[in-house]
Amino acid sequence: MAERILMKGNEALAEAAIRAGCRHFFGYPITPQTEISAYMAKKMPKVGGLYLQAESEVAAINMVLGAASAGVRTMTSSSSPGISLKTEGISYIAGSDLPCVIIDIQRGGPGLGGIQPSQADYWQATKATGHGDFQLLVFAPSTVQEMANTVFDAFELAEKYRMPAMIFADGMLGQMMEPVTFPEREPEISEKPWAADGHKGQRTHNIINSLYLQPQDLERLVRERFERYDVIKKTEVRYDEFMTEDADILLVAYGATARIVKSAVVEARSKGIKAGLLRPITLWPFPSEAIAAAAANTKAILCVEMSMGQMVDDVRLAVGGKQVDFFGRTGGIIPTPAEVLAQIEELARR
Amino acid sequence: MATVFQKPSTLTDAKLHYCPGCTHGIIHRLVAEAIESLGIDGITVGVAPVGCSVMAYDYFTCDMVQAPHGRAPAVATGLKRARPENIVFTYQGDGDLAAIGTAETVHSATRGENITIIFVNNAIYGMTGGQMAPTTLPGQVTQTTPYGRDTSIAGFPVRVCEMLSTLDGVEYAERVSVDTVPNINNAARAIKKAFQNQIDKKGFSIVEVVSTCPTNWGLTPVEALGWLRENMLPYYPLGVYKDRSAGKETK
Repeated sequence: MAERILMKGNEALAEAAIRAGCRHFFGYPITPQTEISAYMAKKMPKVGGLYLQAESEVAAINMVLGAASAGVRTMTSSSSPGISLKTEGISYIAGSDLPCVIIDIQRGGPGLGGIQPSQADYWQATKATGHGDFQLLVFAPSTVQEMANTVFDAFELAEKYRMPAMIFADGMLGQMMEPVTFPEREPEISEKPWAADGHKGQRTHNIINSLYLQPQDLERLVRERFERYDVIKKTEVRYDEFMTEDADILLVAYGATARIVKSAVVEARSKGIKAGLLRPITLWPFPSEAIAAAAANTKAILCVEMSMGQMVDDVRLAVGGKQVDFFGRTGGIIPTPAEVLAQIEELARR
Repeated sequence: MATVFQKPSTLTDAKLHYCPGCTHGIIHRLVAEAIESLGIDGITVGVAPVGCSVMAYDYFTCDMVQAPHGRAPAVATGLKRARPENIVFTYQGDGDLAAIGTAETVHSATRGENITIIFVNNAIYGMTGGQMAPTTLPGQVTQTTPYGRDTSIAGFPVRVCEMLSTLDGVEYAERVSVDTVPNINNAARAIKKAFQNQIDKKGFSIVEVVSTCPTNWGLTPVEALGWLRENMLPYYPLGVYKDRSAGKETK
């Protein structure tokens, strides 16, 4: 049987990436994700891989662009302010149809913000991770185990759809220690005939590029990309449901917040309130249909986030005009189960 | 009939988009000749910048990657670290390499990345229509220094080879020009050496090519070459600034 190891979320992400076949990691220090770099620096040389500390987040994402162009499995990680710096490169990576994995261990913002956990970058991750018409695959794990599992999926789907994938967690998940069992899973690394790895006289040159000066060409390519996005929206949506079947009050939360909400749901049930939780695991593609279905017969919908309310926009779009209430803490403050329970009780009284 | 002159096999048949008299065409040819004569086309990956030479990816027959503005050395780092058996070069202008990409340039150099950089210095942003570059000379008129570059406002030009030659990671830094036939021949030698250094795993090599931009300088091609000799070469002296293997550390 596979070994159960007590690990920090950040370290589990790094170990899983190595097990998933990533041998090229480009990092830059920023709290609260630095353990990923430290782990990579320690382990990569032992598996014939590369940990390289870039001069900035900007350089790190462009090193990822280069390594992805060469056709290898590559990753970078950062936290909120650093992701802002990476958005230029992420846009070019998306526009060049390159696969890679980007980790965002969110902290409070805006600006330098704080170093405590936050979910205030949902809009950035799902709507505007750089300029132009494009999307990232965005995975929101809620346990250290799920962090590890998701890395494999993120690499495989990034390669399948030739697009960047983000693992979108927060300082709490990154820093907490939990037992983790690494999936016994051989990485499926696909052929990359498009890579810029030297034509060896066997083919015409490959060009990795995001520039199309003819608007017709650019529109055609963006439309082709969005056709892929449509496939992803149909086939790659992931979510988890807890006690939603008979729920009167539907809660929607992701990541670490979903665990707090789950405790509140259990507490509410013990008080006779029929609460349930839908936890999006993919934030893009967003589980809109699942949320609409779960909300079909509920009396109230409550979205809980560590922000002033960002995912709640997508929940409102999903349920088409029904009232959606919101509860959030921000700036690095983690909502307590008691606070969430109080919100549920208030909705039950309504 | 005997062929006495032809373009290198390492340039595609695409027509260059450069303005008449622009020296990019000569420099492209020198790079292509180096790749051809070293027999490395099949293992070479070039990185195109943002600026006039952005479409370099259409002109070279080797694999090509187009980088964000200034980031070519970081992209080249990723390419080379992923596949050290490949020969990786960047082709960058002054705005790209010495302004927005200064950090990437300096740090790829100080890491001693085993890559080759072809740096085209024409003292102006060409693609956007002739704005002040980091290498624009004091007093030089551009669209954004319409009264001449005033160093009390806009500061001083960057001498890239001099700056990089102070870094331990740099193997080779040479400044050349393509204003005369002898200088073109010398530039060809330097560019080939910069690729040979990479083949020999010697590390970071940069060739700065002092160049002209007749269109944005507002001069004819011949006048531009004269302006280069009178104004740029005194500020940017030609020569080898560092050749570590030859024991030459700084000029």
